[in-house]
Amino acid sequence: MKAHVVSGHVVPVGVYVAVFAALLVLTALTTTAAFHDLGPLNNVVALGIAVLKATLVVLFFMHVRYGTRLIPLVVAAGLFWLVILIALSLTDYLTRGWLGVPGR
Amino acid sequence: MSTDARALMAHHFDSPAQQREAASLGMWVFLVTEIMFFGGLFLAYVVYRLSFPHAFAAASHELDIVLGTTNTAVLIASSLTMALAVRSAQQGRRLPLVAYLVLTMALGSVFLGIKTYEYHHKFVEGLIPGPGFSFPGPEAQHAQMFFCLYFAMTGLHALHMIIGLGVLAVMLVMGARGRFGPHYYNPIECSGLYWHFVDIVWIFLFPLLYLVGRHG
Repeated sequence: MKAHVVSGHVVPVGVYVAVFAALLVLTALTTTAAFHDLGPLNNVVALGIAVLKATLVVLFFMHVRYGTRLIPLVVAAGLFWLVILIALSLTDYLTRGWLGVPGR
Repeated sequence: MSTDARALMAHHFDSPAQQREAASLGMWVFLVTEIMFFGGLFLAYVVYRLSFPHAFAAASHELDIVLGTTNTAVLIASSLTMALAVRSAQQGRRLPLVAYLVLTMALGSVFLGIKTYEYHHKFVEGLIPGPGFSFPGPEAQHAQMFFCLYFAMTGLHALHMIIGLGVLAVMLVMGARGRFGPHYYNPIECSGLYWHFVDIVWIFLFPLLYLVGRHG
């Protein structure tokens, strides 16, 4: 068996440092953006940057990019369930006032 | 395959690589349950924020954005040192491994220290939900809900940090004893996954709690 198969993928230090730098830049960006009035886009920018940062951490720091495709599948399934939790709950909360039901 | 690698491999695996993937997979399944665990709190946050957007913006202003941003950077730095610790373990370099683990634990402690200072400040200002809660304006009740969620979410996150520090302490002992090398580093790889997950939770908590309605 070849050595690299036994020992797993060793990511170059430069990749980790680059991801770290990108995460710091994105943190500065999200804080700066929060002080500008972008209307509803404020939330989109804040969450978009958070998702981007999380993706960087998952792909590089958590080695999902370097493993087999089984791990990404499990991660995606977990996120899919989180989306179900939030989206289906909001179909309730966001539509409660629509019909003018007495007591609401 | 060296005898070292075979000795550290459980008999029901074909290869160390398969054993390693099984360990990572198991850790990820646990982390998915953690996503759902925090997910309930995130859902509660979304529902209440949609209900009381102005109160949440006003209450968010009470949080210290400098401390929040600093803590975000501290935690990201701890994720870098954690990744480098795992890398050192992969290469079987004992001294850098110990150094990076100590650094990771130090940065984690700095995060918790800043968090403690923030909690204390909230206590002094009367922003702890309960009978002593005081908030100016007509929406005090709704602002109180923001602080309920703030303490529940950051508290649960801090608890995960404390557990993470405990896990890293065990890794430090194992690492110092030379238990990790190119053939076997599953425990520290899984500890790293946990540490990075806790970092990701904060990556979402920071904009949701500290950055609401900062403009205007």
